Amino acid sequence: MKNLVKVVLFAILTVGFFAGFSNFGIPRIEPAPPPTEEVVDLSTMTMESFIALGERVFNGKGTCMLCHNEVGGRAPTLGQVTTVAAERIADAGYAGGATNAETYIYESLLEPSAYVVAGFGKAGTQDTESPMPDVRSGSVDLSEVEIDAVVAYLQDLGGVDVTVEIPTEAGEEPTAEEPAAAPPPAPLTDPAAIVAKLACGACHKMPGHEGQIGPDLTAIGATRDRAHLRRSIIDPNAEVAEGFLANMMPPNYGDQLYASELEVLVEFLAGMQ
Amino acid sequence: MGRLIRFAAVLLFVGFIAALLPMDFPGLSALANEAPPAEVAAEGGGLQAPKLEQHDYPRIAGVNPRIAVWLAAQLHLWFAAFVLAVPIFVFIIEAIGMRTRDERYDKMAYEFIKVSITAYSITAILGGLLLFCLVLFYPDLFTFLAGVFKGSMFYYALLFFAESATLYLYYYGWYWLQGGFKKWVHLSLGLLLNGVGTMLMFLANAWVTFMMSPAGIDAAGAFAGDEWAAIHNFLWNPINIHRVVANIAFGGSIVGAYAAFKFLSATAAEDRAHYDWMGYTANFIAISALLPLPFAGYYLTAEIYAYSQQMGITLMGGIFAWLFIIQAVLIGTLFLSANYYLWCGMGRSEGAERYNKYIKYLAIVIVGAFLVWFTPHTLVLSNAELKALGGPYHKYLGPLGLMPAKNTAVNIMIVFTTLSFLFYRRANKIPTVAWASAGNAIQVALFTAGILNILFLGIYHGYFTNTVYKVAASIPQVLTTLILIVASGVIDSLMYKDANVVAPLRWGRVPDRSQYALFLLAVAFTWLMGLMGYIRSGIRQHWHVTEVVRDNSLDAFTPTLGYAANVVSTGAILFMAMALFVFWISQVSGRKTVPAGYWRQS
Repeated sequence: MKNLVKVVLFAILTVGFFAGFSNFGIPRIEPAPPPTEEVVDLSTMTMESFIALGERVFNGKGTCMLCHNEVGGRAPTLGQVTTVAAERIADAGYAGGATNAETYIYESLLEPSAYVVAGFGKAGTQDTESPMPDVRSGSVDLSEVEIDAVVAYLQDLGGVDVTVEIPTEAGEEPTAEEPAAAPPPAPLTDPAAIVAKLACGACHKMPGHEGQIGPDLTAIGATRDRAHLRRSIIDPNAEVAEGFLANMMPPNYGDQLYASELEVLVEFLAGMQ
Repeated sequence: MGRLIRFAAVLLFVGFIAALLPMDFPGLSALANEAPPAEVAAEGGGLQAPKLEQHDYPRIAGVNPRIAVWLAAQLHLWFAAFVLAVPIFVFIIEAIGMRTRDERYDKMAYEFIKVSITAYSITAILGGLLLFCLVLFYPDLFTFLAGVFKGSMFYYALLFFAESATLYLYYYGWYWLQGGFKKWVHLSLGLLLNGVGTMLMFLANAWVTFMMSPAGIDAAGAFAGDEWAAIHNFLWNPINIHRVVANIAFGGSIVGAYAAFKFLSATAAEDRAHYDWMGYTANFIAISALLPLPFAGYYLTAEIYAYSQQMGITLMGGIFAWLFIIQAVLIGTLFLSANYYLWCGMGRSEGAERYNKYIKYLAIVIVGAFLVWFTPHTLVLSNAELKALGGPYHKYLGPLGLMPAKNTAVNIMIVFTTLSFLFYRRANKIPTVAWASAGNAIQVALFTAGILNILFLGIYHGYFTNTVYKVAASIPQVLTTLILIVASGVIDSLMYKDANVVAPLRWGRVPDRSQYALFLLAVAFTWLMGLMGYIRSGIRQHWHVTEVVRDNSLDAFTPTLGYAANVVSTGAILFMAMALFVFWISQVSGRKTVPAGYWRQS
């Protein structure tokens, strides 16, 4: 009986140690809630806000940036897709029906295998099959409005005239009620969680991330004060770091953060010296 | 007689294959092609994945559906892993006993299977509980899955009968089927038992992996009826391999804990010797499976990336990234406790004293490798600490948080555990072969070259080349480790064949604290399995079936690691309590009470 008690105590203490370490030994990160379709009012939408919607979808719900970035090399970058569209449509390997850049981008979102950029096909398919999913399906699940907005954003990103027209009807009913069922998430207090929420590391080099699209932030606190950091988050185009392009950073981070979260992030960046 | 035995073996094998033939899949396809239930039939005649709303998830008696299913599934899995693993090494131990004609092996194999027979009933009960939970709390999801897998679920039920019948024959026939031809029949039953058990697990794995990497579903979410495609989905085989290896390691550790408990409770020297030997064997089995397990894990992870980069990034770079620091603590615990047990075991023979001086170096390297594996890339610091440190990661320790350092650390840990085992194996022996000195020199050269190669690949390719080589370098590292394990094992076996015994190996002469290393191994394995079960399921995020059936319940959020750890801990304590019950009940049948004066005297 004495041995049984000792063994049981030993087992419970061991489990307690593992549970304790998991609860208190590592950062507590609240995972982001499931993505939902953004509610859009098409009647008042301007082309500028339509492009901004496309950018948000591109960087957020669409998860395009996960692969179409310069860091991972998993998929081609899309900054010049409008320029190379005609060349690709004329390519012998092109299997789609697009006639111009707008229809080419639209088609690429729905049928990514219509044209696979050399070196980015699924392994063993000789670049005839793309690993990218149809953006209407599965976890991406973009609506027609969102797809059009992404096309507009990519045209704008390429510096050409945006030819996509703002839809007049949203098509499917947006799922705006979904988040209402759950209370809005509490403000985050962990800077790592805020960095994860905004995906800062996708572009910036910073703790745990090797992003190369934006400026290196590993010692940003040594050269920039808090006011500058705060402004750079809320209005990233106010002052663009030398050697980097304007309009690369989403301008709406100020809308996505609670005030307290913004301050936590500013303090975190200021501490990186 | 020999011909008769071969004939019987062939007959059993053919019978086994014939029993499985319907699984090959015209039968399944025919079943699957039957009309699906009307309420879920798609326009094209296939089975349409349901689009669920919150009201599709019943709330019953205030029970949280996700936690109920989570605990039922995890408990079922722990017991199932145990009862599927034990017959694998019981079969091997029985075969060794037959070959060596050493009855101790036969008795130990019988004791192993005796423990698992009670666990088998509990596995079935928990499987039923899981089924009830799924039907009650996730009726639409279960209807869809049952529609896709109705053929294989039917065969699963048949195989379950076959498994039960074979297990009971194998266990209750143990002392009936002894000697000569009967023993061969018994061993063949063991083979059949393992074949059926493995097939059962593979079928259940198909359902689980279909939820991760669904196949046979069109873009509109309709299942056309090809059940084999759904079974043979992208992650089926990687999970099959991972689970077979992990089950053996887990089963070995649980039997080791059983033997440790019996050892501590035993008072007679003979009993202590028996359970010491049993614990050693169980630990040997667990470690033998633990060594290749990280490689099976790497393969599974690579296949997850190959299936979906999004899923791979979620696994390794998102919310779950910190989970691998917890995993490092657990695997470090496993390696340290297994090595500690081996080092304690060297006290069984005076001949081992020659090697004692090396143990501290092994310990330093293994603890060092564990610390490297444990080092996170990003430190959690306050602003003041950040300033004091001069950045978010340490100037020198920061690089240890990267994958190349961790790959190197785990390979070094495995290599030095192999060395521990070689020392233990040599402890009481002196080789008699003429080439012993050359053999030792070859072993030293082999280990030196292997360790240098692992370090070179990790440091040079990990830090001084581009990302492609960083990832690719892990493959030659793994190959180096595997070659070292196999080559050193073969050389040592040949060197120590017919070796002289320096001092007898005294089973039972180990300190009690060594047995706690076996308990630690079992608890860490149990908890680790629970944690990895969470991540395997969690990477689907808000999908019941990835990108096919969305989870729209109130629980459609990824829980934090702390929350998951608390559920896993609760499950682990429940499992251990039930395992203790199994250990106890397996002994009750052997006890007799004399009811003096109770029965009427005739």
